[in-house]
Amino acid sequence: MESHDAQADHAAIREAVQKLCAGFPGPYWRALDREDRYPAEFVAALTDAGYLAALVPEEYGGAGLPLSAAAAILEEIHRSGGNGAACHAQMYVMGTLLRHGSAAQKARWLPEIAAGRLRLQAFGVTEPTSGTDTGALRTVARRDGDVFVVDGQKIWTSRAEHSDLMILLARTTPRDACAKRTDGLSVLLVDMREALGRGLTLRPIRTMMNHATTEVFLDGLRVPAENLIGEEGRGFRYVLTGMNAERILIAAECIGDAKWFVETASAYARERVVFGRPIGQNQGVQFPIAQAYARMRAAELMVREAARLYESGAPCGAEANMAKMLAAEASFEAANVCLQTHGGFGFAEEYDVERKFRETRLYQVAPISTNLILAHLAEHVLGLPRSY
Amino acid sequence: MKILVPVKRVVDYNVKIRVKPDGSGVDLANVKMSMNPFDEIAVEEAIRLKEKGKATEIVAVSIGPQQAQETIRTALAMGADRGILVKTDGVVEPLAVAKMLKAIVANESPDLVIMGKQAIDDDCNQTGQMLAALLGWAQGTFASKVEPGEGTVDVTREVDGGLQTVSLKLPAIVTTDLRLNEPRYASLPNIMKAKKKPLEETSPEALGVDVAPRLTVVSTAEPPKRQAGVKVGSVEELVQKLKNEAGVL
Ligand SMILES: Cc1cc2nc3c(=O)[nH]c(=O)nc-3n(C[C@H](O)[C@H](O)[C@H](O)COP(=O)(O)OP(=O)(O)OC[C@H]3O[C@@H](n4cnc5c(N)ncnc54)[C@H](O)[C@@H]3O)c2cc1C
Ligand SMILES: Cc1cc2nc3c(=O)[nH]c(=O)nc-3n(C[C@H](O)[C@H](O)[C@H](O)COP(=O)(O)OP(=O)(O)OC[C@H]3O[C@@H](n4cnc5c(N)ncnc54)[C@H](O)[C@@H]3O)c2cc1C
Repeated sequence: MESHDAQADHAAIREAVQKLCAGFPGPYWRALDREDRYPAEFVAALTDAGYLAALVPEEYGGAGLPLSAAAAILEEIHRSGGNGAACHAQMYVMGTLLRHGSAAQKARWLPEIAAGRLRLQAFGVTEPTSGTDTGALRTVARRDGDVFVVDGQKIWTSRAEHSDLMILLARTTPRDACAKRTDGLSVLLVDMREALGRGLTLRPIRTMMNHATTEVFLDGLRVPAENLIGEEGRGFRYVLTGMNAERILIAAECIGDAKWFVETASAYARERVVFGRPIGQNQGVQFPIAQAYARMRAAELMVREAARLYESGAPCGAEANMAKMLAAEASFEAANVCLQTHGGFGFAEEYDVERKFRETRLYQVAPISTNLILAHLAEHVLGLPRSY
Repeated sequence: MKILVPVKRVVDYNVKIRVKPDGSGVDLANVKMSMNPFDEIAVEEAIRLKEKGKATEIVAVSIGPQQAQETIRTALAMGADRGILVKTDGVVEPLAVAKMLKAIVANESPDLVIMGKQAIDDDCNQTGQMLAALLGWAQGTFASKVEPGEGTVDVTREVDGGLQTVSLKLPAIVTTDLRLNEPRYASLPNIMKAKKKPLEETSPEALGVDVAPRLTVVSTAEPPKRQAGVKVGSVEELVQKLKNEAGVL
């Protein structure tokens, strides 16, 4: 099931990632899943091999590669049966710092991030009471001399326990004093090594899949004012500019998942014999797999298109969001087909199908849910009245 | 010490190969290709010798189509210093490969050639031995350990019934077995560096070698499909079946 494109496109990187992932087969991920444990060994191997610094510019010690290379890396991880969620954000969260940080901030943090000595893979935006409505977030950062004092709460801040730094979005100007509801928010870089126990508390949330995510409590946390990224009050825009990259990378992970499901389902359907022939010889079994394959390829084209636009510097908000939506739908359809093809065995842990099924379901909800993508397309592409 | 490592582009070991309908060979359309695993072991061994300060330069050479460049780049990303592609289209038999390697050896004067004991596509297991014969060099085949000394190299060989260690005078040919080492995967920075390493291209004509095949493939067939098994009721029945039906006892 090799497509010509997939081979030509970052083929050397893909091949090397496949080899790395071969060292982390199904039983590795299964054991972690059962114990709800962080894939520390896998993340260390990816870090040591330089993959998580793919997008950091060369002047800061990264590989300075285009977004499509990072997409290829994440796709291959997921296609191998693994999962990149434990560390994918180390690739792109630094984008906020890179695009909007001062020269001094970049020189201080980026080389350490590129080398993997500092982990910046926590992104604190979502709050329990505001949800998708980011403009309504309630965490407040109040200026007090040369520090900001932060009070509030975040939820679903993933990897916070496995990160040294966090990009935090907080309100610095009260909402009613702003022209727009999304004004008055600012981005702070929180050094969690100093902050833990001094105003910062993390509480893990157990989830349907093995995903290190937390509730974050901010209680009089003092953040040096020099850690403000960009201008005060423009934080929402800064966070938004990073979202296209995030959407495209998550979409690539979904494509990798979909390929794994389609390949796994096909292999099983070729081998499994009931009623005297391989189940894959029945159209009732092969058509859904073929359908899932076609949907995956269509979504893959949108992911490539979004990445192409992103790399050329053109606006790509609609394409990045559509890519994420279509890829997440394609991966879940493929997951469902793969499970059905396996009959009862799909439910047994040792086939990895049920684990991947749970894992890939997330991406229709996070980092943005399907409805909000549709609302965005309706408003910004179709010119329909804003619905949210 | 300079090391030459031949690397072959073959069907990836994970691919379930399919025979062409006319039986003329294996269908290679849209199939994933990779470096022959035994050659990866050879590249790894050369890199380890360089890391130990025993080798100074590693040259990877591939004989094959334009895409064999990718295989050379893989070797460069692992740590080889430069590459040579001998561009050929179509099947090249071991003797022709050995002759071309002999010509490259004449140009490059390596002290050691480390190569796979066989390629996983045709399983010939001939090229290393032929090259040693053509050059009149010593050979240590099926190596599971390689220890260079002063002007010599000790090679531990996996032979039937155990291990044999031979001491070879350099220059020499070593062919690798599976247990020699576990090849590394390339890091991202090294993949990037590999793109800038020199890769020269030459041809059989330039090396003065006639690559016309001397063998004719008569047929290629898939292994017979596995028949469904039977359950036996007892050890006695099993022994009976092995004796009377399978004829193996
Ligand atoms: C495992 C996991 C990891 C996460 N990691 C992070 C992280 O690292 N950092 C971070 O900041 N966030 C993270 N999130 C949060 C994630 O981005 C949000 O869960 C997501 O944006 C949805 O927000 P919500 O859960 O509050 O849902 P809500 O906003 O409450 O929405 C609930 C449902 O209602 C729908 N809905 C809401 N408003 C409308 C409307 N106007 N029209 C139509 N439908 C609507 C939504 O589409 C959704 O289906 C994570 C979430 C999960 C589950
Ligand atoms: C949690 C769990 C509990 C269970 N409990 C019990 C129990 O208590 N007792 C018991 O006896 N069994 C039990 N089962 C077994 C269950 O009944 C079988 O898993 C189910 O009947 C499917 O059989 P299979 O898993 O062998 O799938 P297969 O028969 O291998 O089928 C695999 C897939 O191929 C499809 N397929 C097969 N043949 C054709 C065809 N000719 N045309 C089209 N599609 C085809 C099937 O629909 C399925 O999607 C349980 C299974 C599970 C997962």
